[in-house]
Order: sequence, then C-alpha cells, then structure tokens
Amino acid sequence: MAKIKGTVVIDTERCKGCEVCVASCPCSVLGLAGEVNSKGYHFATMVNPDDCTGCASCAIICPDTCITVYRQKFD
Amino acid sequence: MEEVRLMKGNEVIAEAAIRCGADAYFGYPITPQSEVMETLMERQPWLSTGMVVVQAESEVAAINMIYGGAGCGKKVITSSSSPGVSLMSEGMSYIAGAELPCVIVNVSRGGPGLGTIQPSQADYFQACKGGAHGDFKLIVLAPASVQEMHDFVFDAFELAFKYHNPVMILSDGVIGQMMEKVILADQHPRLTDEEIAERYGSWALTGKPASRSRNVITSLDLDPYEQEKFNQKLVAKYKEVEANEVRYEEYLTEDADYLIVAFGSSARICKKSVELAREQGHKVGLLRPITLFPFPTQRIAELAGQVKGILVAELNAGQMVEDVRLSVEGKVPVAHYGRMGGAVYSPDEVTDALIEKIINRK
Amino acid sequence: MAEMKVEIKKENLVYQKTPLLTDNTMHYCPGCSHGTIHKLIAEVIDEMGMQEQTIGVSPVGCSVFAYNYIDIDWAEAAHGRAAAVATAIKRLYPNKMVFTYQGDGDLSAIGTGESIHVCNRGENIVVFYINNAIYGMTGGQMAPTTLIGMKTATTPYGRDPKLHGYPYRIATMIAQLEGVCYVTRQSVHTPAAVRKAKRAIRKAFENSMAGKGTSFVEFVATCNSGWKQTPVEANKWLEENMLPFYPVGDIKG
Repeated sequence: MAKIKGTVVIDTERCKGCEVCVASCPCSVLGLAGEVNSKGYHFATMVNPDDCTGCASCAIICPDTCITVYRQKFD
Repeated sequence: MEEVRLMKGNEVIAEAAIRCGADAYFGYPITPQSEVMETLMERQPWLSTGMVVVQAESEVAAINMIYGGAGCGKKVITSSSSPGVSLMSEGMSYIAGAELPCVIVNVSRGGPGLGTIQPSQADYFQACKGGAHGDFKLIVLAPASVQEMHDFVFDAFELAFKYHNPVMILSDGVIGQMMEKVILADQHPRLTDEEIAERYGSWALTGKPASRSRNVITSLDLDPYEQEKFNQKLVAKYKEVEANEVRYEEYLTEDADYLIVAFGSSARICKKSVELAREQGHKVGLLRPITLFPFPTQRIAELAGQVKGILVAELNAGQMVEDVRLSVEGKVPVAHYGRMGGAVYSPDEVTDALIEKIINRK
Repeated sequence: MAEMKVEIKKENLVYQKTPLLTDNTMHYCPGCSHGTIHKLIAEVIDEMGMQEQTIGVSPVGCSVFAYNYIDIDWAEAAHGRAAAVATAIKRLYPNKMVFTYQGDGDLSAIGTGESIHVCNRGENIVVFYINNAIYGMTGGQMAPTTLIGMKTATTPYGRDPKLHGYPYRIATMIAQLEGVCYVTRQSVHTPAAVRKAKRAIRKAFENSMAGKGTSFVEFVATCNSGWKQTPVEANKWLEENMLPFYPVGDIKG
C-alpha cells in the first residue's frame, strides 16, 4: 500500500520560537527545541518526524516563513 | 504668433499646469483659489494631454496624493489658500523629507484662523521658514502679475525637479482674482512612462523591473546619525539654492537715497508709492524679491550701503522685515509698514509711512 | 521494510519561501499576524507574476517597515494617508497593481476620511486592513477597534464606552459605498484561515486589475505582545473575542 511521508526543514536562525506551527500541526510533529538560536529563541523542530505527512500547515502559517516542506511517496 | 489672453491669475495657474505638461493636479476647494480646479475640470485635460485631475476630500488628502504622484516621478501640482495650506504642511515636510519634486500654490488670504477671503501676505513665515516640522525649506516664488502666475508654474517645476524639493508659488487673493493680459506658452508634451523610468528610474516608483532593486519612497530613518547625514544633505542643497536661484526686480534704485522692499501684490502698490515720494523730492527706489527663499540677502546688503533707510511694506504684521533686517545687519534703519486681515493699503499710505518712519526719523 | 526517509530534493518540494519575501528578518514580535499576512501578499503577487507591476503603500505603524520585507516598489505614507497616496499612484499608473497595507489606527482612526473616500471614488486598488484592536508600534494603546472591556495602555481599566466610545466595524460601513466591489474579513490564526485569506487576496488583486473598483480585505489579526499573551494564546483569544465582534467572511462581492 503506497505511503506518503513528509518532512520539514526549519530555518532555525530565523525562527522566533512563537510555537504557532507547533499548535497548527495536525499530527503533533513539531515542538520547541531545548537549545536556542543565536537570538536566544527556542526554535521549532520535529519531535515526531515519522508522523509528518508534508501537509505544510506549519509552513503556511509561520509568520517568519522559516519552514520548507518536502513530501515523498513510498510504495 | 503668441497666444495672448485676458485671464484671471487662478485660471492661468490651471492653464499653465496643462501647458507645461503636468501629469496631475490634486486639490480641494477654498476661496480665493477655487477657480484653479474649476478651470481644470472645465478644460478636461485628461482628454487631451492625459493629465489627471482629482478633487480630494481634504487638503490633507490632496497633499498626500501629491506625495504619491511625485513619488512616481510625475509632474504634480496642487493649489490652496492659507488655512488649506496649513493642513498641507505635514505633507510638505514628508515631501521634503523624501526629496520629492512638486509644486504647491498658495493664494493667500487674511488670517489667522478662518480669517477673511481678501488678500494677505501673512503666510510669509509659513512659506519661507519651513512652516512644518523639521529642518526643511520650500523654494518660494512670489508672483506679482498674472503673467508671472503663468511663468512661475514652469519655473517652479524646473526648480522642483532640479533640487528634488517642493516649490511654493506664494500668491494672494489679488493676484489670483484679478484679470490681466497674459502670453500663454504652447503645449509642452508630458513625459511618457518610459521617459520617466529612464530619467528617474533610480528613485521613482515605476514598478520594480528585474534590472534594479526596489525603490522605496520614505522619509523614515530610525538611526539618528543617518538622519543627521540626511539633514546635512538638505542643508547643502539649500545652500546651493541660495547660491544659484535668487531672483529679484529693482525699480529706480540707481540713485535711490531710500529703499522700499515689497513682494507680490504689495510691490505693485509700492511702485506707485515710489513715484509719489519722488514727486515730493525724495529719491526712493524699490526692490521686489521674486524668490522669497532663497532671499536676496546679498543685494539688500549692498543697497543698505547706498541708502539711508529702508521701509518694508507687506500685508502682514511684520515678517519679511525680519529677513531684511538680517540682510542689513543694522547698517541703516529698517522700518515696517503693514495692513492685516485682508485690508490692503493704498500707495500714499506707504509713501507717508516711509516719510514718517524713515525719512523724517529723529 | 526499507527505512522510509523523505529525500530533501527539488522533486519532493511542497512549500518554500517565495522569492518576493526578502531575507530581512522581520522586526515583528514572535507570532505576529503581520508576518503571515506579508507572506500571503508576497506569494499572491509572485503567483500572478506581477512583481514588476506592483506598487505598495505602507502606513505608519508596526508595518511601516513592510517595504523591507516584500521586494516590490513601495511608498511609505504619512500616518492615515496611504489611501490618498495610492489614489495618485493608481490614477497615474492605471496599468500597475496598487495596494495599501494599513493598521486599524492608520485606516480607521486618523485615516478614516481617506479610507472612506478612496472607496467612495472606487479607486481600482486593494486596501489591506490589519485589525488587531490595538496600536502596536507605539506600545499598545487603544485603537478604534479595541473591544469593550479590553485593557490597553490607554484603557488600563478596560475600554469604557462612556469614556472611550465604541469599537466600530468600518468594513460593513464601506460595503455600502458604490465604488467598493469586494469587502471581506479574513484571519490568519489557523492554517485553514490562512488558505481562505490567500484566496481572498487573490480575488481582491484580480478585481483591481479588472477595474471593478475598490477591494477591501480586512484581516482580524493578533498583537500578542500588546494583548500580553503568548502567540498561541492570542490566536485562541482572537477566536473567542475578536471574531464574534468582527465575523470573518465575505461582506460584499
């Protein structure tokens, strides 16, 4: 059965840790990292990467457009 | 063959705007200059030259339309009268702060407040000393005839685009409302969008082609040291204006023992005052500043070396007299004679004032 | 079963930042709706291929620096006057796409006159109205759209109509003007809302280029630092307090 999986790349330096993406992800893939970027923000990161479907909800709502989304079909 | 017509000063402003190839007029009705927009609406230049004419909802809106149009590198002009010009003052500071070219006509009326609709020159300070927030200046031309109302529209646009600065034509109810013979220039073509992009594409809003980075029209800078550099640039610009653009007219000053300094409609009256004084045996001359900024400081200083005293006659409580005193630096007495609120003096009043305040001065 | 790992390559790309957004870090507070709205406008201009034909007018307010973020020609207008500035630009360049981007103070307080008259003249521009019920740039003072009881720097005990008047819905007022062809209220506080908002922006821009008159797109937005909430709380507060008073959806056209 073919399976669609997604992943995201986050521009951790541009991210301000606003957490809006975390709240917007339908599959709870995202969370705030323990580390901080050079501005002291806990940037967003994938805490459950396997659950990402590549729906881009996080990317389209991100106020600083830090997220790039990829998706791939696996048979 | 020259085209000669008998026209009102206000009507000529409209006609000259069309003929000098202005791209747009944005204005608002106010006595005593509403004929400017009435003439434009009646002439419908959008059908001939393509010139845009918009009646705005206020002078505040009008001056900001000017800001928008000037930001596109277009030739834009507005006109108003004293209270309306006060509403436009914030916009003028923004236009100077963004170094944009435009022409603003003030057909002054008696003030302060709602005042009267008769002529006045009480907006001299507002016009020449910036008249709004920040260190900036308007280049100011003061017409004294309907012909100059015509010519100065052309001159004002030239100065505006030469110095990237707002230029004011400071007229008054007399010059605006009176009719005189005027020689009209022929139609100058408007610049095409391509010509504008070519000439002003480095700063004007034309829509960002791939070939250049985006243009931003703004007067904002949050770094005070950058803003200071910008202010220094303006100071240098105004020094250049003072060095190159001073204009004035003299009447019977060659042998003058006494001098009257007057501009605009007052200068017309004072020419008669000079003649009346000469009939009484006093050698009096007249200097008429045409540019109020840049002020003819140097020439007045020279004349102060020749005459025994100066009377400044202006339709206000004493404004230009200060600039004359600054030019004269105490070498000779400088007195002021004025009428206010829209009242206008007759020639003999000025002659009597000259004799009493200067010639027979104890 | 083979390890199913998505390869980071062009073919798998689903979403990336539009080139119309510059690389400048936005000065907006973390989670502010401005950033999301800027992105959508930039994306629509890009998708319409209109980067070289679009001129924006930014206000005075938090979004005064919009010109640092969307890579098109911009005029920065005096507070409240963007609609007048845009009127002139569109009249002088009828084939360009012209829009204003204004906050609630800029558009519905000091700029009320300009806002109503640009619509009444039916200028073929788009007015983007960011309504977050507060003056963000100046530190959180009351705006015309501040809700009754809402605390701000100038209504520290909550907005009281007897002292501070009532919040008003300028969108429904201008919807009655002939010159206006499209009035809609949107938000960007959830992904679904963002998708709808983007469609509204596209429709508005297309209206303006088709000469149908003025399009007015209001975004009911958050100002989490002004509201003294986290971004996620602010999005929730918006849903529970702002949207009931400023319901989203098309009001006209």
